[in-house]
Amino acid sequence: MGYHWNWDIFLQPTATGDDTYLGWMLYGFKMTIALSLSAWLIALVLGAVVGVMRTVPNKTLSGFATAYVEVFRNIPLLVQLFLWYFVMPELLPEKLGDAFKQTNPIMQQFLASMICLALFTSARVAEQVRSGINSLPPGQKNAGLAMGFTLPQTYRYVLLPMAVRLIIPPLTSEFLNIFKNSAVCSTIGLLELAAEGRQLVDYTAQPYESFIAVTLAYLLINVVVMFGMRWVEGRVRVPGYLGGK
Amino acid sequence: MYDFDWSSVPNALPFLWDGMKISLEITVSAVLFGIVWGTLLALMRLSSVRFLSWFAAGYVNLFRAVPLVMVLLWFFLIVPHLLESIFGFPRGTDMRLSSAIAGFALFEAAYYSEIIRAGIQSVPKGQMAAASALGMTYGQAMRLVVLPQAFRNMVPLLLTQGIILFQDTSLVYVSALADFFGAAYKVGDRDGRLVELLLFAGAVYFVICFTASRIVRHYQSKLRTA
Repeated sequence: MGYHWNWDIFLQPTATGDDTYLGWMLYGFKMTIALSLSAWLIALVLGAVVGVMRTVPNKTLSGFATAYVEVFRNIPLLVQLFLWYFVMPELLPEKLGDAFKQTNPIMQQFLASMICLALFTSARVAEQVRSGINSLPPGQKNAGLAMGFTLPQTYRYVLLPMAVRLIIPPLTSEFLNIFKNSAVCSTIGLLELAAEGRQLVDYTAQPYESFIAVTLAYLLINVVVMFGMRWVEGRVRVPGYLGGK
Repeated sequence: MYDFDWSSVPNALPFLWDGMKISLEITVSAVLFGIVWGTLLALMRLSSVRFLSWFAAGYVNLFRAVPLVMVLLWFFLIVPHLLESIFGFPRGTDMRLSSAIAGFALFEAAYYSEIIRAGIQSVPKGQMAAASALGMTYGQAMRLVVLPQAFRNMVPLLLTQGIILFQDTSLVYVSALADFFGAAYKVGDRDGRLVELLLFAGAVYFVICFTASRIVRHYQSKLRTA
């Protein structure tokens, strides 16, 4: 079909001359990793808190947690991202909003993306934490309380250690999702992997090579995360449960 | 404090409704194609023909490993050129809507096929054995005995996936196609009222998806007691 394949394109200096196209790709790769990992850490902490709140016997707390989950699950990620990036700085108190708008634009994009991905994912993590806690036999909680543990102690020493180990497999897929979802952040101009791929198409006119490289990079992330999590899963497996040894 | 001015929303409603129709069109066609192709993939995956099951496994794993945005970019930037050069379409034919539908359908089929595979596997083995004992061929047993039962159990999951797909259609933004979100963004940008239009769009998505997921949950609890 007359397409001229040229894989050497990645080693050529870019149009701006300060880097190779491979260098651009690596920059985007690092951005995707940094963004996803930082958002994932926040999502784990927030998700654990909200997930626990959904199961506690307190109407206000569980109602708030339910609302939190519903809001973040029923608005598209792209809309949430635009709300954080374009709307939030306007609605913040003036000083804070101005401070945000005066920071480095890359930092603005990164912060908005990180907050957005973190909260979006935290709602999903919270659902997993909740179903993990609910999947435990009710006797565990009762036994903890009967032993004289306070409710927080029961969560800390009885319920959570079990629940966390049980939900590793679904958490793995959320962890994979956060890398994939980070591609959405290219829409606000953050130069992560997908955005670099697009830029390469514009600059090099070698669309196939660029997109194949980016797609392979995502596959690589996927494989590494999957094997990493499988290792973690093996380490923390609960003996006697399905899939346990 | 920010001064809200909602006056551009009412005027933009007809334009936004046009966008919503595009969102719904993409959702419905991608769900239908996705379920059909997903069913075929699931059957291939479960088939005893090595080549078919490997193909299905490779397809599903590939699409599940790649971000939807990347799939859409492939379909917006590369596939149209490919088609132009293969079939000799005139250059610059607007294929964005059909590209979007094709991209979503092929992508979602990977997710649907996993749901459907689990659904087929949840039907007790005895059903298949009983059907064979009655003299049905494999195809008849699948079509008349196994799949109807599997689908009945899967409906809530398939619908939930449909709601997720509806939310994901906003990503056609990368092709500048004016779906509901794209329309809202355009109006907001034009009138300098991005804050109001984005909040409005978020609220609309929330109401639709929240209501739909409530209905699915209600249906699911009815199914469980039935």
